[in-house]
Amino acid sequence: MRKPVAPRIVAVAIASLVVASSLVDASRAQTNKVGTSLDPQNFGQIERGRYLAIAGDCASCHTVPESNQPFAGGRPIETPFGVVVGANITPDPETGIGAWSDEAFVRALREGKGHNGQLLYPAMPYPYYTKLTESDALAIRAYLNTVKPVRNAVVSNKLPFPFDVREGMTAWNAIYFRNGEFKPDPTKSAEWNRGAYLVEGLGHCGACHTPKTTLGGDEGERAFQGYALQGWFAPNITNDSERGLGGWSVADIAAYLKNGHNPTTASTGIMGEEITLSSSHMTDADLTAIATYLKDLPGQTPSPSAAVSASDPKMVAGGAIYADECSACHGMDGKGVPYLFPSLAGSPNVRSADPTSLIRVLIEGARSVATGGEPTGPGMPSFAWKLTDDQAAAVLTYIRDSWGASALAVDPRQVEQVRARAAMASTGR
Amino acid sequence: MAQKLPKKDVAIIGLGWTGSILAHELTDQGLDVIAIERGPWRDAPTDFPTTYVQDELRYRIRHELFLRPEQMTFTFRNKMDQQALPIRTWGAFMPMTGVGGGGVHWNAETFRFLPSDFVLKTHLTQRYGAKFLPEDMTIQDYGVTFNDLEPHYDRFEYLCGTSGAAGNLKGQILEGGNPFEGPRSRPYPTPAQDQPFSHTLFAKAARELGYKPFPQPSGNLSQAYENPLGVRLGPCTYCGFCEWFGCGNYSKASPQTTILPVLVRKSNFAYRTECEVTRINLDGYGKRATGVTFVDTSGEEWEQPADLVILAAFSVFNVQLLLLSGVGKPYDPVANQGVIGRNFTHQTISQAIGFFDKDKFNFNPFIASGSIGMCIDEFNGDNFDHGPLGFVGGGYMGQVQTNGRPIQTNRVPPGTPAWGAKWKTGVRDNYLSTVIPGTGVHGSFYSYRDVYLDLDPLYKDRFGRPLMRMTIDFHDNEIKQNAYLTDKFAEIIKVMGAKEVVKEPRKAPYDVTQYQTTHLCGGAIMGTDPSTTALNRYQQSWDVPNLFVMGASAFPQNAGYNPTGTVAALAYWSAEAIRTQYLKNPGPLVHA
Repeated sequence: MRKPVAPRIVAVAIASLVVASSLVDASRAQTNKVGTSLDPQNFGQIERGRYLAIAGDCASCHTVPESNQPFAGGRPIETPFGVVVGANITPDPETGIGAWSDEAFVRALREGKGHNGQLLYPAMPYPYYTKLTESDALAIRAYLNTVKPVRNAVVSNKLPFPFDVREGMTAWNAIYFRNGEFKPDPTKSAEWNRGAYLVEGLGHCGACHTPKTTLGGDEGERAFQGYALQGWFAPNITNDSERGLGGWSVADIAAYLKNGHNPTTASTGIMGEEITLSSSHMTDADLTAIATYLKDLPGQTPSPSAAVSASDPKMVAGGAIYADECSACHGMDGKGVPYLFPSLAGSPNVRSADPTSLIRVLIEGARSVATGGEPTGPGMPSFAWKLTDDQAAAVLTYIRDSWGASALAVDPRQVEQVRARAAMASTGR
Repeated sequence: MAQKLPKKDVAIIGLGWTGSILAHELTDQGLDVIAIERGPWRDAPTDFPTTYVQDELRYRIRHELFLRPEQMTFTFRNKMDQQALPIRTWGAFMPMTGVGGGGVHWNAETFRFLPSDFVLKTHLTQRYGAKFLPEDMTIQDYGVTFNDLEPHYDRFEYLCGTSGAAGNLKGQILEGGNPFEGPRSRPYPTPAQDQPFSHTLFAKAARELGYKPFPQPSGNLSQAYENPLGVRLGPCTYCGFCEWFGCGNYSKASPQTTILPVLVRKSNFAYRTECEVTRINLDGYGKRATGVTFVDTSGEEWEQPADLVILAAFSVFNVQLLLLSGVGKPYDPVANQGVIGRNFTHQTISQAIGFFDKDKFNFNPFIASGSIGMCIDEFNGDNFDHGPLGFVGGGYMGQVQTNGRPIQTNRVPPGTPAWGAKWKTGVRDNYLSTVIPGTGVHGSFYSYRDVYLDLDPLYKDRFGRPLMRMTIDFHDNEIKQNAYLTDKFAEIIKVMGAKEVVKEPRKAPYDVTQYQTTHLCGGAIMGTDPSTTALNRYQQSWDVPNLFVMGASAFPQNAGYNPTGTVAALAYWSAEAIRTQYLKNPGPLVHA
């Protein structure tokens, strides 16, 4: 357990991109004075903004991991369309956002428009941030005004043609962007509404967990039902009992967001980073609100797959491999050890329609997140060298279709694809 | 010329068990701590993953986890009139390197010493008279008592989640535990491990002979456990790859599985690996440590200033660094003066092997853990009357077989050819039905005037520093002790139902090629008299009060137990003294 190092993979595909600042011609930057009119002595506003910036996980895209220059930008973010780079959002007037007016900041956050009117890419999650209240947006600005200005010119737009033509975003916005602040549902509790505000807005959970169209827009009718990105499958986080969080209590969800672990599950990868940077620092009340809202999201599971027969050769081979290679930690009953070795028997993620994450953990190994609440951060070794594609597919099929569960069998070609991706990542291509 | 680094409150030399404990305690106190470790970082799931750690050839035969002798070794001789020669491959003991130290590859036997072990000289003299002890025996009292250490033993056991059965709870003797142990304030944090067949059979035989067998206290956990730091361990899977291996199952207590996850999260803790400390720097008067000097893998020399230095390397390296740094007066066995290098000891190990009828006994020896076992303590320390026996000391004994690994589990009955088809048949016929306890008799090794450590006059390391020279042999007292204990042990194996028992008592001379244990002790011992000890009762250097020395180098003699529990208890004891006394008034904690 080396000092906690955030994974190199970037946090979210759909992540922040404030290209405008880097495109500004220095001669056209009207002033070097800070453009804000917010009161630097308004402690309450600044402190609230700091908390909101954590809840919104701004650092994930705008701070290079392990750097001592918070919010100075420069972190490359992998999207399905190419790489964009997190912008400098420190108050530096030339390379950061110091020269922006407060109105421009709020517009960038909630409408995806740079301070000179350029359209931002939705890697900056303005389709979600649009739900922020103006007061919260200004609080975030007030906080960012207080961080150390860093002179760091960032070229955010590294997308290939045609995606580098940002005018294309006009059409995208017309299709996918719905401008408008969050409207509380008066028939629901204050806690539910707080959760909805965080999940739908600031927390931008849908950025990873909602399936996307080929143009990268949310498939609204399948909100939060899971989506594959950056080599992971962000699982279904609706209350679906088969594939989602139906088996988790509100406390289980809150504990997972706080500590990265609950009795059945451990977090790794992109979600592990989110927990490290963001949700582990949120209040218990907010985490409970998030959980309350998620538990109220109806699941839309396609009818469960028929279980692969226990006598299927794949299941027989998989069972033997499981006994030899997996059972020492995860147990013959698949239940693992609470807070240490995840339960496979009780994991909806294990059975998700898209087995990407499951295959990846087996092939690459995984280190779960270590937090103040759960400092152990247990890890699983890589089986890449030990299991062939056929063997890996067999044991994963066994895991998905045992202990009363059912899911589609894993195909050896899926394992091959995950291996290829891991090889590309390790050679830097 | 060394490059000087910014000053720290504390520099810790070595990041094994004691380095980790001190780092945790002193960072909790708010001090800025750096640990400097000669070996690499070591991490459970990536450095000893369950996918390949069960590799006897790599770890056991080829010594994967251990210090490479070409990096650092010792010279060895039995007698003072011999020429010592460098050890070029490890044999009698296995010096560790890397983060976690011996805590990575130990078996995790987590014993406490007997109360009488800490006051040994006084106790034996009172019971048998001073003349009963051999003339050249140099045993001493520790200067600290069992009762002083009990809360610290307790802390270590609860850190590790040690599995065991209490035998003496606050003075009440409990059935199933060790009735000879000192009173403990709490039961073990987790119940004893389940025992395999041969271990259970040993206990039954021992009971038939009137002994009180108890499960060996084990840091291979019987069940999942969350320690007081919030770090979690899992249940042992009895894989039988424990000693000399790391555990990727999170089921063997080690710094990695108990302390380091919390330590590395602290902003006031830093570490450097692959950096070898070459000396402790002293002020012009030699009365105060100013920090340490270390060399990185590029050969660059660095000076790390610090207000407090904790020497927490392996025992022999502690002594070497004290001698090379000029801390304390080197021991001279001829003049019987000086302290550094005095009272060097090891262990007196033997076993008796039992061959059983293969049609009636199937022991499945591969179902095992490093500290599994059923033991008896009737012949440990002074639990029995030595008066008629003519020796002192003793040890626990038990069926503590840790494995049935393929390369080394190949004992055959006497008369079997040593090679060829008949040998193969012999191995096949006996593999499942032979009891091979390994360290079955775990005897004490008391200290003598001519068993000691000093700097070798001839051999030097890559920095040109003299190697540590060990002069060590068995004395008659230990040989007699071991012969007596091995006989008693063999009786129990016989009662188990063995058709043939082969006794393998320890013989002189001390053989540096035959593994016993890695329990090298002494050389920088603790006590109450600065003329015969290097450290006071808080493990603080008499000569350099801002230097504390951890580890078994402080043992004035070695008891008949595995040392780690006591080493760790002493570390907590020292840490408490630093936190509650030293920091308020930095200086000597004992005025002698």
